[in-house]
Amino acid sequence: MLLITCPCCGVSGEETEFAPGGEAHLKRFGPGSEEGEFAGYLFYRKNPKGPHFERWRHAYGCGKWFHVARDTVTLEIFGAYKATETAPPQEILDRIAARGKA
Amino acid sequence: MSDPVTATGGARFAGSDCAISDLGALGMVAIRGEAGDPAFAAAVQAETGFALPPVRRFEGEAEAGLCWMSPDEWLLTCPYAEAEARAGRLRAAFGGLHALAVNVSDARAAFRIEGEGARALLARGAPVDLAPAAFGEGDVRRTRLGQVAAAFWLGRDGAFRLVCFRSVGAYVFDWLKASAASGARPAGF
Repeated sequence: MLLITCPCCGVSGEETEFAPGGEAHLKRFGPGSEEGEFAGYLFYRKNPKGPHFERWRHAYGCGKWFHVARDTVTLEIFGAYKATETAPPQEILDRIAARGKA
Repeated sequence: MSDPVTATGGARFAGSDCAISDLGALGMVAIRGEAGDPAFAAAVQAETGFALPPVRRFEGEAEAGLCWMSPDEWLLTCPYAEAEARAGRLRAAFGGLHALAVNVSDARAAFRIEGEGARALLARGAPVDLAPAAFGEGDVRRTRLGQVAAAFWLGRDGAFRLVCFRSVGAYVFDWLKASAASGARPAGF
C-alpha cells in the first residue's frame, strides 16, 4: 500500500484515494511533428525498475493532479510535487541519490 | 415549486452502538475562489458569517456551516429553502472577482451518524485515521467510503455528518446500515 501526501491540499491518504495517471513529464508532440516523435509521445513509455516519476490525481479528495516520485521495486515514495513543475525538484532528486539510485 | 425529496426518503437505522439517519433536504452552496485573495475571503466572511475554514476543517454548528472541500472549494450548508438566496447574495458580493457560488442542494445526499460506534463504522469504509487524537471536532475529510466518493465532518455535538453524491445516496445508506448491523469493527477502536 502506498501512502501519498497530496501537495495541493496537504492531506495524506492511502493509494485507493488516488488515481494513477501514468508517466510524468511527457513532452507533447502534436500536428506537424515528425511521425517518430508523435509515436514516441503517444505510445512509448518508460517502465523502469527503480525510481519513477508519475502523475497522480487526488480522485476522492481535492481532485487535483500532481506528480509523485516512487520506486517501482520498493514502493518507497520519495516525494510529491505540483503538476505545474516541469521537472522533479532538486530535493527529491537528492533523496533518490541518497538511496544510491540516482 | 415541488417539494424536495431526498435520495433515501428520510431513511433511518438504529444499530446497537450507532444510528444513521437521512438529514432530509439540506441546502448546499458550492463556493469556489482563490483562498489567498483577501477580497474573496472577506466576501465569504461577510455573507456566510464564517471565515474560510483551513484545510480539512468545518466552521459552524450542527448542519449549518462552511466546510473545506479542496484548496479552492468550500461547501456552505444551510436550511434548504435559503440556499438559492444565499448563493445569489454570495454572487453579488463577489462582484468582478474570479469566484463562483452555486446552489447544489439537490446534487448530494446528507446523513447523520451518531453514537459511540460511529467512528469505527466510518473507519471500516474510509481509508482515514479516525482515532480521536487524529480526527477531532470540526475535522473534515473528503475521501472514499466503500466504493464511492464521500465527505464527512465531526460536529461539536459528537455526531458525524456525511455527504455523498445523490446518485449513490441509497448505496451509501445501505452500506452504512449493513456495516453497522454486522457488528464487525476494525481493530484499535
